[in-house]
Amino acid sequence: MTAQVDVEALDRWIREFAGLVAVNKDLLTQLDSAIGDADHGANMDRGMTAVVAALNGTTSASVAALLKQVGMTLVSTVGGASGPLYGTFFLRMATASGEVTTLDGPAFATALRAGLEGVVARGKAEAGDKTMYDALAPAVEALGSALAAAVPLGEALRGATRAAEGGRDATTPMRARKGRASYLGERSVGHQDPGATSSALLIAAAAAALAQS
Amino acid sequence: MKKLINDPADVVPEALRGVAAAHPELRVDHQRKIIYRGDAPAQGKVGLISGGGSGHEPLHGGFVGTGMLDAACVGEVFTSPVPDQMLEATRGVDSGAGVLHIVKNYTGDVLNFEMAAELAAAETGIDVVSVVTDDDVAVQDSLYTAGRRGVGVAVLLEKIAGAAAEEGRSLSEVAEVARRVNAHGRSMGMALTSCAVPAAGKPTFDLPETEMEVGIGIHGEPGRQRLPLASARQVAEYLLDSILVDLDFAGGDGVIAFVNGMGGTPLLELYVMYHEVVTILEKAGVRVARSLVGPYITSLEMAGCSVTLLKVDDELLRLWDAPVRTPALRWGL
Repeated sequence: MTAQVDVEALDRWIREFAGLVAVNKDLLTQLDSAIGDADHGANMDRGMTAVVAALNGTTSASVAALLKQVGMTLVSTVGGASGPLYGTFFLRMATASGEVTTLDGPAFATALRAGLEGVVARGKAEAGDKTMYDALAPAVEALGSALAAAVPLGEALRGATRAAEGGRDATTPMRARKGRASYLGERSVGHQDPGATSSALLIAAAAAALAQS
Repeated sequence: MKKLINDPADVVPEALRGVAAAHPELRVDHQRKIIYRGDAPAQGKVGLISGGGSGHEPLHGGFVGTGMLDAACVGEVFTSPVPDQMLEATRGVDSGAGVLHIVKNYTGDVLNFEMAAELAAAETGIDVVSVVTDDDVAVQDSLYTAGRRGVGVAVLLEKIAGAAAEEGRSLSEVAEVARRVNAHGRSMGMALTSCAVPAAGKPTFDLPETEMEVGIGIHGEPGRQRLPLASARQVAEYLLDSILVDLDFAGGDGVIAFVNGMGGTPLLELYVMYHEVVTILEKAGVRVARSLVGPYITSLEMAGCSVTLLKVDDELLRLWDAPVRTPALRWGL
C-alpha cells in the first residue's frame, strides 16, 4: 500500500517543526549573529508559535487549506527575509497540492519541489549562495529520486533529512552571495548558514512526523 | 549590556505608546504597528509610506507628518515589518492619488514590500509604485551581494519626495523625484562600537577598544573592513574617499552634506566630523548647499557615524527647503 500524507499528518509535521525551532531557537540566533543580525531564532519561533496557535483554532478541510494557513501566518508574523521566503514556500506547496485531503508520497514530493521553486522565485537564490536553498534543494532532489526508486516514504524522508543536513553543513565554507551575510564577503566563510539550518529542521520534522504515514 | 527598558519583548509596543503620547498630531495603530499622519489620508496628494525594523529611530516614524511621510510601518528590532502592515498602511494613506513605497535595499524589506505591493494589486485598486534606495558605497561588489544597502539617503529622499507630494504632483512624478534623489546620493558609515539588540542582550559583534569597523550598514552587522582606530580627520578622509570616487559631486548646484550619528555618538563629535567633511569637500571643489547633522538613521546605541552626500539641483533644493512638520525634522511651519 502506498503511504498517504493526510491533513492530520501535515499538521503533525508543522507542529514537529515548531517544536524543533523552539528547541533550536538560541542556536539559530547564534548562527545569525555571526553573519547576519541575530534574529533568525526569535523570528522563526515567533512565527511558528503563531502557526501552532492558528492550527489549534481551526480545522483545515484540505491539504491546501492547511498549507495556505501556515504560509499566510508566517508571512504575517515572521518579518525579515525569512517571513516571505518560508511563507512563499508553504503557499506554493498549497497551490501545488490542491483541494485534496491526502497526498501520496510522490505528490508530497512534488508539492515540496513547488515550494522550493517558490523560494527561488522570491529570493533569486542559486546553489552555493549560502542560503536555505542549499539545504532544501538536495533534500527535494533526494526525496524525488528515492520515491522514484520505490523507496518507502519514511525511509525516503530520512534520506532527504541526511541530504538537507549535508547541504546545511556544506554552507559553512561557502561565501554568502544573498541576504545580509553577503555584505561580509570573505568573512562569511567558516560560518554555517542560519536559514539552511532552519530548513534542515523543516525536513527533519517531516521525517519524524510522516515516517509512520 | 544595560538598557533602559522594562521587558525586551515589550520594547517596540511600549515605545509606540510613547510616540503616541508625545506626538498627539500623529495617529498610531498599536495593533498593526503603523504610525500615521493625523489627517491621513491627506486629500488630493500622493501617499508616501515607508517602514523597516525598529532601532533606527527617528527613521521612519519620526519622519511622519506634513511634508514628509504619510505613514511608517514599524517592525521588530532590526526586522522588516510584514506585508499586512504595508498593505494596511497603503489603504490608510491613499486618497485616490496612489501610494509610493519607499524601501531601503535590504533583502527582508524588499521581499516584504514586494509581497505587499502584490497584495495591493490583487486586493485593492490602489496604484502603488516602489522606489528602492541603495546608496551605500561600502558595498562594492553588487554582483555577488544583495546589492548596495539603503542607508542615509532614505532620510533625504523622504523629505524631498514628501515635499513633491505635498505640492500635489502625480504618483509618477513623485516617484521620479525619489529615484533622482537615490541616483544622486551616496553614503558610507563606520562604527566605533557594536550595538545590542534588546532580545539578545549582548553586543552583536565584538569590537576591541583599538579598532573600528568601516563600511557598516545600519543593523549592527559587521562592515567591509576592520581598521585600527583613527582620528576624526582620518575617518572623514576614508569615508569621503570612498564616496567621491563613486560619483562626481563637483560643479553644479552643490550638495546636501549629511553627517549622521549611529545612536551612541554625541553631537559634539558629529560636529567635529562635519568640520572635517566640509574641509575635505572644499578642497575637492564640492560646494555645500545645505547641511544636516545629527542622529537621524541609527543603529540602537552604536557609536559611529555615516556621511551622505546628495548632489542637488535647483528643484531638489527647493523641495528640501519646503516646509516640513514631523517629530524629527521641522522647519518652515
